[in-house]
Amino acid sequence: MVSARCSVGAIVSGWHRVRSGGQAFAAAPRSFSVLLIPFACLAFATMANAADVIPVPEFTDHEVPISMPAAGDHSGWEWLNVGLLVVALSLASYFALVNRSRRGLFLLAVASLAWFGFIRGGCICPIGATQNVTLAIFDGTYAIPWTVVAIFVLPLVYTLFFGRTFCSSVCPLGAIQEIVAVRPVRVPSWVDHTLGLVPYLYLGLAVLYAATGTAFIICRYDPFVSMFRLSGNVNMLVFGGALLVLGVFVGRPYCRYLCPYGAILGVLSKGSKWHAKIAPEKCITCHLCENSCPYGAISAPSSPPPKSERAAARRQLAQMIVLAPVLILLGLFVGRLLATPLSKLDPDVRLAERIILEDSGDVEDTTDASDAFRNTGQPKAELFASALSIQQRFKTLGMLIGGWFGFVIAVKLISLSLKRKRTDYQPDPSRCVSCARCYWYCPGEQVRLGIIGDVSELVELNVEKPTALETTP
Amino acid sequence: MPLEEKQQDRREFITDAVRTTGVVAVVGSGGFLAGRRTEGEPMVWQLDPDKCTACGNCATYCVLDVSAVKCFNAFDMCGFCDICTGYFEMDYKSLDTAAENQACPTGAILREFVEEKSGQRYYEYTIDEPLCIGCGKCVEGCALMNGSLYLQVEHDRCLDCNECAIATACPTEAFYRVPASQAEILKRRAATVLNARGKQMERVAGDDESKRREADALLARTAKQRDWREKQALEDANRRPSDG
Ligand code: SF4
Ligand code: SF4
Ligand code: SF4
Ligand code: SF4
Ligand code: SF4
Repeated sequence: MVSARCSVGAIVSGWHRVRSGGQAFAAAPRSFSVLLIPFACLAFATMANAADVIPVPEFTDHEVPISMPAAGDHSGWEWLNVGLLVVALSLASYFALVNRSRRGLFLLAVASLAWFGFIRGGCICPIGATQNVTLAIFDGTYAIPWTVVAIFVLPLVYTLFFGRTFCSSVCPLGAIQEIVAVRPVRVPSWVDHTLGLVPYLYLGLAVLYAATGTAFIICRYDPFVSMFRLSGNVNMLVFGGALLVLGVFVGRPYCRYLCPYGAILGVLSKGSKWHAKIAPEKCITCHLCENSCPYGAISAPSSPPPKSERAAARRQLAQMIVLAPVLILLGLFVGRLLATPLSKLDPDVRLAERIILEDSGDVEDTTDASDAFRNTGQPKAELFASALSIQQRFKTLGMLIGGWFGFVIAVKLISLSLKRKRTDYQPDPSRCVSCARCYWYCPGEQVRLGIIGDVSELVELNVEKPTALETTP
Repeated sequence: MPLEEKQQDRREFITDAVRTTGVVAVVGSGGFLAGRRTEGEPMVWQLDPDKCTACGNCATYCVLDVSAVKCFNAFDMCGFCDICTGYFEMDYKSLDTAAENQACPTGAILREFVEEKSGQRYYEYTIDEPLCIGCGKCVEGCALMNGSLYLQVEHDRCLDCNECAIATACPTEAFYRVPASQAEILKRRAATVLNARGKQMERVAGDDESKRREADALLARTAKQRDWREKQALEDANRRPSDG
């Protein structure tokens, strides 16, 4: 019915009325909006037939211009960033391992924060590049630039050789937290270990969402990028600010309890060729460094349990190994239950749910998305089918995520019940970010710097802890 | 002692092996990934004007203070209307160009008289780019006429965020990544009319070398659009759940 009234002829004649009646029209402008109704139909008619629109006039002496958006060129910048990343990683490794300079690392952190953070807007960084790499693996049509691959891979390679020196002073997110960590308190170790599992879960989710092309959640929930750009999402600005305030007392909260890239680096760092050491030469187990790490990354010496407890320890380990498949299965199950909420990040699923809610009258208003969808007049069945198939896919993916998390917990439990023999104070390679804060506390370091002649000069001062002397060789 | 040393040696050997494997794996897969895509090029964000409903999210969600999205006029689709619905408010008070009559909140549209023909006055509407905030108000208005006004991402302003804040806010999923050389996504109709214009230019160019080159550039631009659309349609068809 409506379409009958919207015949092209009516529209055109309507148009001519408007056109030729310019003067009359000015006298009664309100009627214009009434006249516009046929034009709404025209808008749809134009899509169907190019001949229905008002033609471009033939001008006697005027050339019709052509417009086009500007072409950007970002590649030069990106290569500069890769070059600077190599320089910064090399410097950081040198400062942390060879030169052992806390000041050098701190200055480098400030410089990285300025360049990779504020000047380059914190984007793209290796943390986010994880998602580009994932998408490139799963989606053949997504062209990943060389530079993004380089930005992702370089810190990994450096970590395999030198530990997490990328985290020490190259990563802008780490740097901003490093600078505010002035009054760190000790986080109870069970809290630390439990929250320390979150990055693995986050990593799993980020990979899942990137692989399906749903979203880049690491970037969407990057707490500091709005700060670096001094604009952007207000919620994220608030979240970032809160993390920084927290970071004054709890060292590097994002790095330890959220950062998915840090999770990868932590695993790789376990096999690093060289790693930051607290004592420059030999640890005299004076335990002066014990509480110096703001990130709870120092492992005290430990010895295997005495013979009497060894059987119990072995039993515990065996239990944990048996528990592992149970945890993974449990994860698979929970993951499947979580599939529906997980799929809500997909715009099609959200839209389909919204449309159903609106149709059933459960909600009064409409959203931009539902309005837009209804305006385009696409068949609902198609949308629902697509949403259903996405949800179906998320069932499998949810199980994968659940299984992955079960696996992570199992590995954690097994590693906690493995008692290794350690004779000196060492940074835990997976958690230590090579920040060099602890070096200063080691008497050996003071000797190296020529501040004291011999470690005994400092350790003797330590009257409350006579045990330190006993363990000195 | 020797036993411990042996253990130590063995452990070192194992970690060395693991690390070497790690380096080879990381560098290898990185190289593979980048190599497999030598034909690929950097991707940039662009919006598809055929999908855009001018909801206004572009102006509010871009991380830049003034959105990287700007309005363009596809002049070959424009009617050069006297009463441009992208230029005038829907219920304007009088037919002059006073601010209260203009649809654009920043006065970014320039209206210029071109000529009068058989009692009909023609005006050209160009966008003053720095003033445009990409709100889409004019685009919404023009949709009632020819729909020649459309939004596009200005690549020299866009930061190419890894996750574009507008893309997540766009209700119609009009925002996606395109290869950098693609630069724009024209409306289907705009591509058609520009192609026609290119052909026309080619016909009248004759021996004029510079005119020829201009025509070629225009035709190449529309050909690129056509290929891109075809590829998109193919991918869409592949992505759509099969009913089988
Ligand atoms: S843990 Fe993550 S955020 Fe922290 S410094 Fe390392 S890469 Fe950066
Ligand atoms: S270098 Fe020392 S203080 Fe810094 S994270 Fe490692 S163990 Fe902690
Ligand atoms: S957010 Fe999407 S629909 Fe809204 S104006 Fe921008 S491109 Fe158009
Ligand atoms: S998009 Fe908004 S700011 Fe830009 S010209 Fe149109 S109305 Fe003006
Ligand atoms: S990629 Fe970033 S800068 Fe570009 S339009 Fe999107 S939000 Fe704005």
